[in-house]
Amino acid sequence: MSGPASDIAMGVRDGSRSAVTVLEDYLARIDAREPRIHAFNVVLADEARHRAADIDALVANGADPGPLAGVPVALKDNMCTRGVPTTCSSKILEGWRPPYDATVVHRLSEAGAVVVGKTNLDEFAMGSSTENSAFGPTRNPHDPTRVPGGSSGGSAAAVAAGFVAVSLGSDTGGSIRQPAALCGVVGVKPSYGAVSRYGLVAFASSLDQIGPFANTVADAALVLQVIAGHDPADSTSIPQPAADLSDVLTEGVAGVRVGRIVDLPSGADPDVDERLEAALETLQTAGAKIVDVEVPAFTYGLTAYYLIAPAEASSNLARYDGVRYGLRVDATETNAMYAATRAEGFGDEVKRRIMLGTYALSAGYYDAYYGKALKVRRLIADDFERAYQHADVLLTPTSPTVAFPIGERTDNPFAMYLCDTYTIPTNLAGHPAVSVPFGTGAGRLPVGVQVLAPMLAEPMMFRVAAELERAVTS
Amino acid sequence: MSEPVAADPLSADVIAKVAKLARLELTAQEADRFARQLGDMLSHFADIDALVLDDVRPMSQPYALRNVLRDDTVDPGLDRDEVLAAAPATEDHRFRVPPIRGVAP
Repeated sequence: MSGPASDIAMGVRDGSRSAVTVLEDYLARIDAREPRIHAFNVVLADEARHRAADIDALVANGADPGPLAGVPVALKDNMCTRGVPTTCSSKILEGWRPPYDATVVHRLSEAGAVVVGKTNLDEFAMGSSTENSAFGPTRNPHDPTRVPGGSSGGSAAAVAAGFVAVSLGSDTGGSIRQPAALCGVVGVKPSYGAVSRYGLVAFASSLDQIGPFANTVADAALVLQVIAGHDPADSTSIPQPAADLSDVLTEGVAGVRVGRIVDLPSGADPDVDERLEAALETLQTAGAKIVDVEVPAFTYGLTAYYLIAPAEASSNLARYDGVRYGLRVDATETNAMYAATRAEGFGDEVKRRIMLGTYALSAGYYDAYYGKALKVRRLIADDFERAYQHADVLLTPTSPTVAFPIGERTDNPFAMYLCDTYTIPTNLAGHPAVSVPFGTGAGRLPVGVQVLAPMLAEPMMFRVAAELERAVTS
Repeated sequence: MSEPVAADPLSADVIAKVAKLARLELTAQEADRFARQLGDMLSHFADIDALVLDDVRPMSQPYALRNVLRDDTVDPGLDRDEVLAAAPATEDHRFRVPPIRGVAP
């Protein structure tokens, strides 16, 4: 491996390492293993080589390329990249080249990062295994017969396989944290509004948030600080600068109140539960105070989410109609053209969610489903608020299970939805959360522990995450 | 994993109506499968039916939205030719679509 992103950037900035040489190490690993893993929809080797050479030239001329100088990064393929195909792993957008860059892409570039490729995902980020891709599944680098999780499975696998140093994903109900857990890397879902969504292809706009994957907590913090902060192009962007995370990682957890949710929905496998208990013990030994809290509405998160997210998606995905971009299937009148285009362009899970969301919003069912789900969302947020009066952070498993075999859940959509049990409530509340690798479970596969924190409490969340990381790496 | 649930499928009429609203052309096979799967999901979602929600305010966003204003100045937008280049069909610098009400017989 080529070491943490922070080391790469430091070396490139002071001239002791070449961005080109760093990149070639990563490209060599991609050449060797990508055909088996399929983390990428597109590898941009030539563009990356030019970019790395430019970074080295900047340094040679005495300029500072920025805090991610020469760091190879991957982008989930639902983030717009000017002139570079952005597919959302859907046939309906195959070949589309956006006319602009997402804000996060612009910020990574301004910070000196080198974009190596766009990664595979469940179509339009709908799924928990990256099997719902029009271009075939991504495989877990720890065991290629198993899923990497999803929907940002390509971005998680790319970091786990050493194809890039860090990557970006998007998280609507767990799509960063769950694949991070299953691939044994760090994955952060920031507070809603902390990172601009401008140029992120919308799935469920009140839940979507972009965040980093990294091999270390410090690297995740480094990337988050680059991409976070106010953006006038996103009206839900919080009008304040990114939180400073550089000093909190070494603060330790003495006196920190860590909540154990006593009424957490059951369903986690024993090997996963065992790691959660070990994490709680670790934090207690490090000086944290473990407190029991109740979050009774947590258990209704799944229902609220699988009504709200499809409802928002059914509206957001109305734009794929064969008029302005992407696929068109011709017909003699517009309504028939829309319906034929969407039938041909969307995959099974996307159609299922559009149907579910349209149903939940339709006259006669709105109050019973969508309206009720919005009220349950409030209960969940209120319950979290009460719990955070007694605890600074909460600890849960990230995923109920370790990585499962490819194909195991594709015939049972609801079984797939259960993957998100522990990650969904955070999105409904808008809070930040991080999955930290914490040892292994069945089959020596990675297990992630999730640290949840109140709105904009990323500094405290990162403190606790760093302590967990110290325990497993020391 | 989930218990098998003996849920009622949605009716063919409801599925047809929803598909029309969603501008989705479904095969007979898809319509049948979605009727069963959506029925199954809705039976799982009945877990919230027992909650008393009369006095709960709906929450559609993580925090209250506010108006976002900016100075009324002209900023460059996207390049028209670049945008139109991505469209399946164009004519005279505009998006071209089939007739709204079909072709006259």
